[in-house]
Amino acid sequence: MTMAAPTILTRRLTKRYGETTVVDGLDLRLGAGEVFGLLGPNGAGKTTTILMLLGLVEPTSGEIEVLGLDPARHPLAVKSRVGYLPDAVGFYDGMTGRENLRFTAALNQIERREAEERIARLLEEVGLAAAADQAAGTYSRGMRQRLGIADALVKDPAILILDEPTTAIDPEGVAEMLGLIRSLADDRGVTILLSSHLLHQVQTVCDRVAIFVRGKVVVQGAPHDLASESKGPEQVEVQVGADEGAVRAAVAGEKFLRSLRPGRIPRSYLIEIDRGSTNQLVSRLVGAGLPLTSVRRISEDLDEVYRRYFHAEEVKTGA
Amino acid sequence: MPDTALGAEPTRPHIQQGLGRGWRVVARKEFADHLLSARFLVLIGLLGVAAAAAVFAASSGIRAVASDTAGIPALFLKLFTVTDDPVPFPLVVFIGFLGPLLGIMFGFDAISGERSQGTLPRLLAQPIHRDEVILGKFVGGLAVVGLMLTALTLFVSGIGIFRLGLIPAPTEIGRLLVWLIVAIIYVGFWQALATLTSVTVRRAATSALISVGLWLVLALFGSFIFQAFANVLAPADDQAAGLRAELLLSRISPITLFSETSTVLLDPTQRTVDLVTIEQADRAILSNLTLTQSLSVVWPQVVGLVALTAALFAVAYVSFMRQEVRA
Repeated sequence: MTMAAPTILTRRLTKRYGETTVVDGLDLRLGAGEVFGLLGPNGAGKTTTILMLLGLVEPTSGEIEVLGLDPARHPLAVKSRVGYLPDAVGFYDGMTGRENLRFTAALNQIERREAEERIARLLEEVGLAAAADQAAGTYSRGMRQRLGIADALVKDPAILILDEPTTAIDPEGVAEMLGLIRSLADDRGVTILLSSHLLHQVQTVCDRVAIFVRGKVVVQGAPHDLASESKGPEQVEVQVGADEGAVRAAVAGEKFLRSLRPGRIPRSYLIEIDRGSTNQLVSRLVGAGLPLTSVRRISEDLDEVYRRYFHAEEVKTGA
Repeated sequence: MPDTALGAEPTRPHIQQGLGRGWRVVARKEFADHLLSARFLVLIGLLGVAAAAAVFAASSGIRAVASDTAGIPALFLKLFTVTDDPVPFPLVVFIGFLGPLLGIMFGFDAISGERSQGTLPRLLAQPIHRDEVILGKFVGGLAVVGLMLTALTLFVSGIGIFRLGLIPAPTEIGRLLVWLIVAIIYVGFWQALATLTSVTVRRAATSALISVGLWLVLALFGSFIFQAFANVLAPADDQAAGLRAELLLSRISPITLFSETSTVLLDPTQRTVDLVTIEQADRAILSNLTLTQSLSVVWPQVVGLVALTAALFAVAYVSFMRQEVRA
C-alpha cells in the first residue's frame, strides 16, 4: 500500500436542506494512518459530513470514496470497515459495557470466540477492564467515551471516525483520549478523522487539520504550517507609562503603523504593525521618552488563526 | 492528483447486500430485553390474573351448560368463550381488550427509545440495513407477545384438562391454534401502531399516550362513531340497512375484526357474522361447521386484520427509512 492511496476522499461534496447549504463543496483527502482534524464551530456541518461518509445521509451533490467505495452505494461494506464514535454516544444502560460490545460484535457478524477475545482486549486497552461487567448506565461521561472507542474498534476498522471525542470529559480524560487516538494511528495504522470545536485540545494529536466554517474549509494543512502561514499584520501589546495621546503622538505618521487601540488593562495598547517592524516600533516609543515597561508579540499559533475565523463567523451570524 | 491513486487498495464488500442476518441479531436482543423488563412482569401478571378469573368463571359456566344438555359441541373451547358471575367477560373478550395494551407496551419506545438513549447513530453505523433495525424490533416484540399468548392458552387449557377433565378433540386444538395465530396478528396491529408513533414522535411517553388514546377511542367510542356514520349513510326509514351499514363500517376497526373472528373460530355452531333475520335463523339447519368452513366464514376478517397490520407496519417502516438519523 502506498502512502498516497487516500482512504477518504471527497470531491465538491455538498449537502443542502432546502435553502440552507450545510456542507458546501468540500474537498477532503485523507491518507492511510493519518490523524485528520475537522475543526469548526458547532453547526459548521461536521456531523453532516461524517454521516455522509458513513452513508447515513445522502449528499446533494459531489463524490465520496471511502476505501475506494461510494458509501451511498455500498453502505454495508463501508460500515463494516469504518468505526464510528458519535457525538454524545449512547449505550443500552441496562446492559453491561461488555454486553454492549457483544451486541456490536454480533451486528458485525464476528464469530463469537473471536469477539470475546477482541472485546476483552479492547476493554483492557481503554482502561475499562475493571468496570466491564457493570451496567453501562453507571458509567461516567469519560468512561462512556472510552467504551465508545472500544465499541468503534470492535469491528477492527481501517478507519475511525470520532465526532467530538473530547467534549464533556475532564482534562485528564482528554489527555488519555488523545494518547489513545495517537497510538491507534501510530501502532495500528488506523486512519482517524476526528471532529472538534475545541481546537487547542486536539491540534497536538492531528497530522493535519481543516478549519471548517459554514460548510466550507477555510484553511487546511499541518497545524504547524497553518500557524506560520499567516502573512498579515502583526499584533503587539505594549505597556507604557503614558496616556493614549502620548503614544499616538510618538508613532504618528509611521508607515509601519496599521492601528492602535487601548488594551485590556490600563496603560496597555494593542498596536497592529507590519510584520517584522517590532524593533522600529520600540525605538520610536523609547525615542519619544515614553517609559516602556513591556512589549509582547501576540502569538500567532493555530488557536489564534482558528479564533480569527471562529470570531469572524460569530460576528457574521450575529451571535 | 490523478484518479488512478484511488484504485490502490480496492476493498470488496464482504458482507452480502440485501436483508442480512442483522435483523435477527436485533430481534434477539429485543426479545431478551423485553423478557427481562419490568413491563413484561407487569403484563404477565395482568394476563395471569385475567386468565385465572376467566377460567374460574368459565368452569362454573361450563358446569351449568353441561348439566343442562348433553353433547354440547366443542365444550373444551367454551373455556375461552363462556363466563359466569362475577366475571364480566370470557377470556376471548379479555384478549380483545388487553391485546392492544400488550402490543402498545412492546412497541411504543421501539425507535424513540433508541433515540433518547443515543444508541441509534451507533446502531445505524453498524453493517446492517436500516430496515433491519425496525424489522428486528417488531419481530422481537411480537415474539414476546406470541410467547405470552401461547403460555396463556396453554395455562387455560391445562386447567381445563386437569381440573375439569375436558379433553380437547384434535379439531378443537386446530381451532385454538388458528385463533392463537389470529390473536398474535391482532396484537401485532397495535404493536405496529405503537411502532409508528415511536418513529414519528420523539418522546416515548407521548408515543405511548397517542397509541393508548387511539385504542381507547376505538374500544370505547367506536360503536358510537360507526353508528353516527351509518345514520348518515343509510336511508333513515330502513332500519336493517342502517344496521348493515354500521356493521360494515365497524369492520374498519381491528377490534371488530378480531372479535368476529374469535366468535366464529371458537364456536363451530356460529355460521355467520352478518345480520340474521328471525326467519333465516328459524330455517337454518343446525349443524356444526368444520374448521375450514369456519375459517372461510371469517376469511375476509382474517385477511383484513393481516392487511391492516401490514399496512400500518409499512407506514412505520417507510417513515423510519425516510427519517434523518439525527431527527
